Amino acid sequence: MNLARLIDYLRDRLKTVVRAGLAVLVVLVVLDAVPAVVDKEHAHTAMEHVPAFWAVFGLLGCLLLVVFAKTFGRLGISTREDYYDD
Amino acid sequence: MTDFWIHPALVLLLGCLGLPLVPARLKKAFLLLVPALAFGGVLTMARGTYGEVHFLQWTLTFGRVDALSLVFAHIMSLMCIIGTLFGLHVEEDGQHIAAWIYVAGSLGAIFAGDLLTLFLFWEMMAFSSVFLIWYRRRPESTAAGFRYLLVHVTGGLALLAGIVLQVKATGSTAFTAFDVHHLTPGAWLILGGFLLNAAVPPLHAWLPDAYPAGTFNGAVFLSAFTTKTAVYALCRGFAGMELLVVLGVIMSLYGVIYAIIENDVRRLFAYHIISQVGYMVAGVGIGTELAINGACAHAFAHILYKGLLFMGGGAVLHMTGETRMSELGGLYKKMPWAFLFTLIGGLSISAFPLFSGFVSKSMIVQAGFDQHLLWAALLLNLAAIGTFYCNGLKVPYFVWFGKNKCSPATFERAKDPPWNMLAAMGLTAFLCIFIGCYTPYLYHLLPYQEAAQAFHPYTSYHVSETLQILLFTALAFFVLVRLRKIEPHRGTNLDLDWFYRLGGRAFFWLARKPVQSADTGVGEVYRVGGLVPLMKSAGLVGVFDNRVIDGAVDGLAFAVRGLGGRLRFAQRGALQENLTLVFAVAAILILAFLFFF
Repeated sequence: MNLARLIDYLRDRLKTVVRAGLAVLVVLVVLDAVPAVVDKEHAHTAMEHVPAFWAVFGLLGCLLLVVFAKTFGRLGISTREDYYDD
Repeated sequence: MTDFWIHPALVLLLGCLGLPLVPARLKKAFLLLVPALAFGGVLTMARGTYGEVHFLQWTLTFGRVDALSLVFAHIMSLMCIIGTLFGLHVEEDGQHIAAWIYVAGSLGAIFAGDLLTLFLFWEMMAFSSVFLIWYRRRPESTAAGFRYLLVHVTGGLALLAGIVLQVKATGSTAFTAFDVHHLTPGAWLILGGFLLNAAVPPLHAWLPDAYPAGTFNGAVFLSAFTTKTAVYALCRGFAGMELLVVLGVIMSLYGVIYAIIENDVRRLFAYHIISQVGYMVAGVGIGTELAINGACAHAFAHILYKGLLFMGGGAVLHMTGETRMSELGGLYKKMPWAFLFTLIGGLSISAFPLFSGFVSKSMIVQAGFDQHLLWAALLLNLAAIGTFYCNGLKVPYFVWFGKNKCSPATFERAKDPPWNMLAAMGLTAFLCIFIGCYTPYLYHLLPYQEAAQAFHPYTSYHVSETLQILLFTALAFFVLVRLRKIEPHRGTNLDLDWFYRLGGRAFFWLARKPVQSADTGVGEVYRVGGLVPLMKSAGLVGVFDNRVIDGAVDGLAFAVRGLGGRLRFAQRGALQENLTLVFAVAAILILAFLFFF
């Protein structure tokens, strides 16, 4: 059960873990803007040269998908659990 | 026929025959030996054409072994080992037999060189896999199994009709690439049969309906074989058909949207099969060498990580009896290893760098960009966001962390599953990471070697692009969790199976009211008009016999009575049976007509 203990260890230090996670995000965006590290020659389109393009794509894309799916569900697609029971 | 060749499906089928005869103490060894032999057979197989059998005026080819069939056979037979290991402690032979016949059907379809053999094994898959649902023995599983069968029989009929038309039009039964720019009606029907098995909307609703109703280990098999065999068939027959790009992209997003609002873990995974198969279908539609490689590679990687996810869901079901996220949570202390392995499956399907999806999915997206299908590539990247959101974040978080919403009994029961289930999950998790880290293993199996060797997924740009997309998705997820916007709650999401579920009810009403009264009426007419006179005449003959001829011709009376009894049997007015017979004869006549005239 060492795995569970490791998870507990991390949960006890949740604030540090969250800060580390946010730091990773920042580093990721900064590194992406440094041509020596990330060679944008492989970019498929012009818009990808905008710094943090894929970061914004991921963040907004996720929110968009969730909002869209929830709205779609509310249109009558989501219903009670025993809908098909007689 | 060239060399000596044993069909791996035959190995499995013989194994099925032998299984009930094996003594209990050797059973587990036997269960592992048979799939291992099949896998070994695939590994050592030389390319070529084997097993040609002449049947009527056709040649059936059971063994077309080439690069495309080998890569699929490799992963299918490997998955058979993993799936059997996962369910090793299941004592009922029937469950293992159903699973093996199912895999044998898949392998048979993959190695089939002609359309008739393909159809034979195609149907074998449908009729064996339904038992993996029925063995769960819940009323809803029985019903879901029948719906599954209903849909697949319809798809099978479309396929058969297409094959008949195609054979009649071309005079050949060979299963090769169709002319995708000028499809004949027969080819359209065949395509329809393939698309149904690949769960392409609007022919998809059977999948999220049936798979979550399967047994804890049956769903692991189900997740792998039907849809990916269909992907193989599409690769073989319809590469480069533009329509498939559109369908594939729609699929990839459709599955994601439904998965986001789904509460049941296994149904969520089932929707993600649709989504992931969407990538493969899109790859087939793009049709370049890189794209076909991508479709094969993604099918290969997908079978492993989706199997792993279903094993995670199956472990939770097996140990707690519950798969609804609204009734789970906080299980990490109880089932830490199941958590870790499921998370690895989630990271693999999300195409995290160093995991298997990363080296396969990127081929398809890259091929899309290369062909200037910008919209397709961008939408596939959008679907990737939803994939990580659901499999990598939502399921691990709401099952193993989050608020503990387990009932006391559920939480009490929860613990890590038996050794064989953990071993199967561990092995699959290892393979997911191995494929992601050591690309030559997968890339050497792909059908177009030049394109495979020229592709390098680990460029700094691609890693940076993927990490940004995924990690910022994670950021959005945790913000939404914090805002309490995405708590799972009980509910059903209606899908297109609504039509045939309620259509089924209308049919039952029809069956109960008008048809049954007609049946009763016809039965009554038979009784009065047919049976009663018949019995009377038999009785009269008896009387005549007794009184007039007496002992002289005793035997005659017995003969007539016997005949009367037989006639009675044939004419008891059972409308359903007669209808079935009529339909069967009509079907045979139509087939004979199509074939011979």
